[in-house]
Amino acid sequence: MPQITRLFIKSALFYFVAALVVALAIALNPLLALPRVVITLGPVYFHLLMVGWVTQLIMGVAHWMFPKFTRAKPRGYTWLIWTTFFLLNSGLLLRVVAEPLRALQPALGWGWLLALSALLQWLAGLAFVAHSWPRIKER
Amino acid sequence: MPRLSCWFIRAALIDLTLGFTFGALLLWHKGIPLHPMLWRLLPIHIEFLLLGWTMQLAFGVAFWILPRFQTERGNVALAWLTFGLFNTGVWLVGIGSLIDATGWLLLLGRISETAAVIAFVRHAWPRVKAPGV
Repeated sequence: MPQITRLFIKSALFYFVAALVVALAIALNPLLALPRVVITLGPVYFHLLMVGWVTQLIMGVAHWMFPKFTRAKPRGYTWLIWTTFFLLNSGLLLRVVAEPLRALQPALGWGWLLALSALLQWLAGLAFVAHSWPRIKER
Repeated sequence: MPRLSCWFIRAALIDLTLGFTFGALLLWHKGIPLHPMLWRLLPIHIEFLLLGWTMQLAFGVAFWILPRFQTERGNVALAWLTFGLFNTGVWLVGIGSLIDATGWLLLLGRISETAAVIAFVRHAWPRVKAPGV
């Protein structure tokens, strides 16, 4: 299994646990007096699950299992998949921090971090598609 | 990789691109407001990523790797039917959520998606088998 695939899958597993911990906090919130930030975590939970866990697992396994690009470059332009990994994770982590902060303190300019997070994740998606598209071929 | 899997996976990558683009616009707008109408992209963002990307990728990979009958993949016509109906459904639901207040496009899209999933189950069911059967 390539190194970048291991990184994707281990990060995905981390996000899976994190997403369920956030879901647990949201479920406990009506019963316990948890910090006010918990009520803002709905979108964070869903994106930890769908981007951090599901999409990242798919990306790691796809890089590993999709048909070879060429004999000389079996997994294609690997810099693109490394770029995907760093853009996606920095974008997602930025969202996890910035979204609750913006909800609690909208006047403090946290919105720019959310915009940056959007840009990073969008570029990650484009990099993954550019990396994977040439490897989708008939045999 | 068989031709149909290529079609499924390429369509999934197109939906990933569109879904991420809509999602990026929504998240940007949440941080730095652009236009209130952008919130209408939320259903199409969810549709393209949950169904168009993840489910469609699963169809494509399943068609590729599920056990075969000798060298054949069973009723391939049903799997092609899945591809056509599923993508029609995703686009109808997506566009319907943007422009159709009556709900008819949404309904047609969901019917198309449901028919696609039934066709895929009919295709895949016999391929879920022990080796040599």
